[in-house]
Amino acid sequence: MYALIALGYTMVYGIVRLINFAHGDVFMVGAFLAFYSVEKYHLPLPAVFAIAAGGAAFLAIVIERMAYRPLRNAPKIASLITAIGVSLFLEYFTALHQVFGPNYYAFPRPFQVVSLEIGGITVTNIQGIILVATLASLGALQYIVYRTKVGRGMRAVSHDVDTAGLMGVNVNAVISFTFGLGAALAGVGGVLYGIAYPQINTFMGVMPGLKAFTAAVLGGIGSIPGAVLGALIMGQSETMTTAYLSSTYRDGIAFVLLIAVLLWKPTGILGKARTEKV
Amino acid sequence: MPFMKNLAKAILPFAVLSGLLQFLSARDILNPYWVQIFQLACVVAISALGLNLIYGFTGLFSLGHAAFYGVGAYTAALLTKLYVGAYGDEAVFATGAVFLGSLLAGGFAAALLACIVGLPTLRLTSDYLGIATLGFGVIMKVLFDNADSFLPQLGGARGMTGIARLTGIPWAVAGLVAAILVIRNLVHSTYGRALVAIREDEVAAASIGIDTFRYKVIGFTTGCAFAGVAGGLYAHLYTFLHPSTFDFLKSFDVLMIVVLGGLGNLTGTLVASFAWVFLLEGMRVALPPEYIEFRWVLIPLLLIVTMLVRPRGLFGVREFPFLRSKVYR
Repeated sequence: MYALIALGYTMVYGIVRLINFAHGDVFMVGAFLAFYSVEKYHLPLPAVFAIAAGGAAFLAIVIERMAYRPLRNAPKIASLITAIGVSLFLEYFTALHQVFGPNYYAFPRPFQVVSLEIGGITVTNIQGIILVATLASLGALQYIVYRTKVGRGMRAVSHDVDTAGLMGVNVNAVISFTFGLGAALAGVGGVLYGIAYPQINTFMGVMPGLKAFTAAVLGGIGSIPGAVLGALIMGQSETMTTAYLSSTYRDGIAFVLLIAVLLWKPTGILGKARTEKV
Repeated sequence: MPFMKNLAKAILPFAVLSGLLQFLSARDILNPYWVQIFQLACVVAISALGLNLIYGFTGLFSLGHAAFYGVGAYTAALLTKLYVGAYGDEAVFATGAVFLGSLLAGGFAAALLACIVGLPTLRLTSDYLGIATLGFGVIMKVLFDNADSFLPQLGGARGMTGIARLTGIPWAVAGLVAAILVIRNLVHSTYGRALVAIREDEVAAASIGIDTFRYKVIGFTTGCAFAGVAGGLYAHLYTFLHPSTFDFLKSFDVLMIVVLGGLGNLTGTLVASFAWVFLLEGMRVALPPEYIEFRWVLIPLLLIVTMLVRPRGLFGVREFPFLRSKVYR
């Protein structure tokens, strides 16, 4: 599940070199959209996924157009601060009573939990759904980036924005599409989060967002397999810490790992080293 | 003695201001709540000046400033707790001396830690340094949360109590003046020029003989020392420390102040710190209670709009006269 959020970070960073702090909150909005479509309208599961992904993508495209596009040629820090601002705004705006409200909401389970035992390992159908959804999204992403025209545009923009523009790539459309795609994955992640940990509130995006970003950096930012690898390492190390050390140290261990990896390989495990040109 | 004369000239207006505020609050003309907010603004300004030295002048992207602020706060609070107790009178000379010592110790502890953290991480560049310092901030928060398991006085996740209220207007103002003077003189010295050169182009700076790594460590350590001193003042202003005060979101607050004011601009940092604190608290008073949550909706909006309109910060490169370099005056 970290993988889904991490993918969004890594794609956006790969293309516009911006740490999109609002990404975790897009994830939260996806979870809330899913919550309302299940709770109020009792929609079937595929429709819930579609609504969450579509809503999140729409939100991200709006954010990109309103807040990031005017700043694309400004100093990088201006966009970063704006990203933090957007993140705070989404958190507190949705926490207003008139919007989602500041409380914790119990996410209704859309189906019964079934446990299966396969070769001595107990697997619930929730874990199964998470695995299938993650793999499916990953496959779709791999297909879009490497097999379609938009994907080629994305790779071109990530390589060199100006040259891509000169070669006839519609840079703005490609960047919007990237934001939308990343957010759609976050939306799916939001639904999965709601199903796995049946409690959501408007600040739930902060920590998963931060950790997903760490996972993206861990694996080598800008690299899709790297994001997945980083997310797997993060998830494993957190589970291990909770199991063998103490859960209070859980949030810290992921970052100890991150710093260790950065010192050993400053661009992440699967990242490409860049040589400084003078 | 031109040095003493200059020093006196620089300090005098602040001394008058501090005396005036002290007088007004003693006569109950100023609301004690606002006096406290004023002191908080001074503390925030000290910490923000430190970050401006790190990010604005040296160009090191640090997202762990609140962690150093926290280290200073806990160190200073622990020392006064041990040597003064929960109730101290700031007018007593011995107490004042211990307090001063604790503040400096807090700054020193933060600087020491910054040096230890900086030696390996400052080899990273731009965003990766940001992530590493952010990670460090989260690790420190986890340590603060678990601090009671190795020193019960620190309180851990329940917060640290029993700190004497020692910070007063003179302390806050004096701290701020010291920070302004030191940083102003530093950035206009050979050292400061080297730091700015590194910010502009690290390779070029190295090629003209600047030991870039050494200067980066110096800039980072000095900036963090100010965060530590600010933390110590904060601890003795509110007499209660909680780990959530020092999490990474607070690092963002300071970063926002520095960027709003303009990177490498001392005037901007000062104005933005005071505006930030007073705006936050002013809206608490100005808004009707049922709309109090709107505070955090309006502030990010204001932030986004400011960044869209003035991407280089409110003040750009303009400075107050007393903060300018003598060479260009």
